[in-house]
Amino acid sequence: MTGQPRLRPAPARLAALRPLPAGGPARAVYLALALLVVLGWVLFALRGEQFLTMENIVGIQQRSAALGIVAIGQTMVILAGSLDLSVAYLISLTSLVAAETMAGGDGMVVPAIAAVLAVSATVGLVNGLVVTGLRVHAFIATLGVGLIVAGLLDARYDGPAGSVPASFQHLGYDRIGPLPVSALLWAAVAAAAWFLLRRTRLGHRIYAVGGDAEVARLSGVRTGRVVVAAHVICSVCAGIGGLLLASRLGAGAPTVGTDGGYDLESIAAVVLGGTALAGGRGGVAGTVGGVLLLAVLDSVFNQLEIDSFAKDVVRGVVLVAALAIYARGRRTP
Amino acid sequence: MLAGAVLAALALPLAACTTDKPAPSAAPAATASESAGKGTGDQSKFFVQADYDAQMAMRTAQPTGPEGKPWEQTINAEPVDTAKYKKSGPYHLCFSNAAVDNPWRQVGWKTMQAEVGLHKEVTKFTALDAEGKDDKQISDIAELQGKGCDALIVSPNTTATLTPAVSGACPKVPVIVFDRGVQTDCPVTFIKPIGGYAFGAAAAEFLVDKVPAGGKILALRILPGVDVLETRWSAAKVAFDKSDLKVVGVDFTDGDAAKTKSIVGDYIQRFGKIDGVWMDAGANAVAAVEAFEDAGQPVPPINGEDQQDFLQKWQEAKLTAVAPTYPTYQWRTPVIAALRILKGEEVPKVWNLPQPTVTQENLATYLKPGMPPLHYALCGCEDLPGYPEKWGGRS
Amino acid sequence: MKRALPIFVVLAGLLVAIAVANPYFLEPPSLLAFVKRAAPLVILAAGQYFVIVSGEFDLSVGSLVTAEVVIAARLIDGSAAATWPVLALLIVLGPLVGLVNGTVTTVLRVPSFITTLAMLLILSGAVFLWTGGAPRGALSPQFRELGRGGLGPVPWSALILLAAAAAAIWVMRSGYGHRLIAAGDNDRAAALSGVHVARVRTVAFMVSGLSAAIAAILLGGFAGVSAQVGQGLEFQAITAVVLGGVALGGGRGSVVAAMAGAFTLEALFTLLNLYGISGALEPAVQGVIIIAAVALGAVSLPRRKAAAA
Repeated sequence: MTGQPRLRPAPARLAALRPLPAGGPARAVYLALALLVVLGWVLFALRGEQFLTMENIVGIQQRSAALGIVAIGQTMVILAGSLDLSVAYLISLTSLVAAETMAGGDGMVVPAIAAVLAVSATVGLVNGLVVTGLRVHAFIATLGVGLIVAGLLDARYDGPAGSVPASFQHLGYDRIGPLPVSALLWAAVAAAAWFLLRRTRLGHRIYAVGGDAEVARLSGVRTGRVVVAAHVICSVCAGIGGLLLASRLGAGAPTVGTDGGYDLESIAAVVLGGTALAGGRGGVAGTVGGVLLLAVLDSVFNQLEIDSFAKDVVRGVVLVAALAIYARGRRTP
Repeated sequence: MLAGAVLAALALPLAACTTDKPAPSAAPAATASESAGKGTGDQSKFFVQADYDAQMAMRTAQPTGPEGKPWEQTINAEPVDTAKYKKSGPYHLCFSNAAVDNPWRQVGWKTMQAEVGLHKEVTKFTALDAEGKDDKQISDIAELQGKGCDALIVSPNTTATLTPAVSGACPKVPVIVFDRGVQTDCPVTFIKPIGGYAFGAAAAEFLVDKVPAGGKILALRILPGVDVLETRWSAAKVAFDKSDLKVVGVDFTDGDAAKTKSIVGDYIQRFGKIDGVWMDAGANAVAAVEAFEDAGQPVPPINGEDQQDFLQKWQEAKLTAVAPTYPTYQWRTPVIAALRILKGEEVPKVWNLPQPTVTQENLATYLKPGMPPLHYALCGCEDLPGYPEKWGGRS
Repeated sequence: MKRALPIFVVLAGLLVAIAVANPYFLEPPSLLAFVKRAAPLVILAAGQYFVIVSGEFDLSVGSLVTAEVVIAARLIDGSAAATWPVLALLIVLGPLVGLVNGTVTTVLRVPSFITTLAMLLILSGAVFLWTGGAPRGALSPQFRELGRGGLGPVPWSALILLAAAAAAIWVMRSGYGHRLIAAGDNDRAAALSGVHVARVRTVAFMVSGLSAAIAAILLGGFAGVSAQVGQGLEFQAITAVVLGGVALGGGRGSVVAAMAGAFTLEALFTLLNLYGISGALEPAVQGVIIIAAVALGAVSLPRRKAAAA
């Protein structure tokens, strides 16, 4: 309860392992994914059913595209040592902005996309500034900003609103062979994020700040800007998720984000993919694996028609088990 | 931090003044400008006069169909020919469920499974639970189309947003929609009880009848913006506006029992006495009743729903009460409809099920000792195999 | 205690604002009703304080409250005789869940955010799996008494709150309290000076679990069985603690301020309702105030995670 300012020595294990972004855990999640697919295949083969039918494969991708895109953004902020709990509300908001701007007209698609990107970037900027400028812990900052967005939604919308033109629905429903357009969009976002993290200065700084903000600052990184940038990217990803959902639903909906649980589920997918919640370690590849793992698990549950309550139990156990295994793997003296 | 306190103190009244929304609320400032001084606020934008009139007419209409099986009865049926769907069994039925996340849906879902069990010709029943997520339900409906279903039953999570998915499924398989509707008439049949206006009106008319003129009414709603709940309130508003009653508050409970109890307690304190309580759903009716008991006041006329805990409280505390219903037996009808369609028999385009009201006279018939507190009495499940254990009760 | 002062100023300001809008508020029955309503959240916040000050999170408390109420209803099933044994079971169950949370977090080294998020999923899934989706059975009048009734005009919940607060303050003044704050402040330094950090943190999770059990008993008593009785309580409790000036990340803040934070949050809800901001703008006002309170509070320590440049 002392009031004196202290410098907290960074835990040694963080510093020691920082330059190892996509190591063991990312590989582990793909191993688990492969195992799950084989297991599912055998299980359904024994029941005389087919597991990975065309509908199934398309379904897995369709179900995970929106979460996947949001989780990519969440990876960015978590790598930077922050967190974003406002994404679910932002998704709802941007789905409405998109659908209302388009209002069923083909000509308004581009302005609507621009509006969504602007709105989401603004929310991200606010998140980032509250975290860095006002020095509010990300948990409270993004929870608070999320509540503000929720208030806006409650005040303005009573239910689904707006409508997207048929041309924009191609995004949500079309596919090229077994690959839905939505999954391609997800892949593009993931690739862009991967490039940003690996090939740009900003990417390196995100790892540095998340690994140890103090060290990063001492070595000349303007840590505040990096965190703000990560938040803007995260919110823009949520905005893209909102666009995708608007195209799937044909309208905007004020509860689509919260109903989907995109806040906690995206965080779960990120850590399942081996990114450390404390920041500085992990990467996009793991997150994609984490989202796919959740989606395949869901698909198995779906085919077995498992009670949603049992699903929650299994999800919880998988989450803890995975993180315990990762923690063992990176144990250092 | 001191500045924070000042800021907070300043921000609150300020925020109260600048809101543009005519918030239906008990605050004196907000009620001053409201229509006709009834305290009921503006009419919901979900209100559709023609639908309201239709439902009001159906309340007194005579349903047709087998006696004692309300889930097979129908009102104002316009039959559609289903010969083109006729095929020989056995059948594979599929069901895309919005969610099983509340007791109403739980009771309904168990009832539907039991109904499927009655029909030997249904050899496979595939159900996917969307867990309250629109996006998942859209994928579920797409996925079910690849499973070789002979008929597809859909209980949509949201009316507007599920419309594209249902439209996509219609050309491939006969679709049966129930509970909430969709904005397309492509499904072969849409099954629903009379509807929300009938529910809201039944409760409001009871209060208008029982509460003396000038009486103070508290209206409790779960949350705004849900079509099936908005219609209930908007019909009640029509009834209250025509009456001599004064609606002193319209408040949202979020479906939370503790919040309900607190809100009712606050109103009792502020107005000294509340003369009637209107609720848009029964789940928290018992909490509202208890608020009066805990304040040491007699419980005024109130409405609930057909949940066991309320019916039991009603009988024990000798309440002046009424319970309009949104019967869970409607979960039996889609299975029956699907089989009729596959056998080429006619079904109504809109299958309006009767929607009884529990009153003092018939209370005893709906009170089912041994059933869990959140069980819905109008499940129509008493004759189904596994009753009552499957529904959590004791025989 | 200096850090605790601002929250009391805010709380006093809010209470005055409520009294201005509703003069009855300051009369004893009304004030006691307010305390009764706030008691579960205040107790939860006290429990959450232990976890937060040790540097962790507990997201599982809301789900634990729901689970306990549903379990109580099914086991008691309206029978007076079953009331006391079930109450004892609930009181044991809470810390047990905390023990699991603490062990997974400290021994398996899973971040507590994830441990307790998983516990949230597991508890709500398991309990409804057990009851078949919806609550069954009923709470007995004896069980309800603790949340509904009182000793004369004073509600039981106010007395229980008083006892819980006294116990929490006493514990925080004991050697354990000092070790807990040391562990949250700097776990390495604490470990070097002989504090068993893992044990101290695990006990904090057990305290949080116990607080959830008590809150469940009060909430179930107050309003009866419901499937969503605990919904969102974890975020409210964390918000309350943070409003009280307790730093996320651990090591700073007092339990009294955390409890005052919960009272403040409850007063804020009451005030928003009084001014008719219920529903629509309520979350927005709440969001602004939470951010403002935390930003204006002297939270200027360099945080472990986010950039604190």
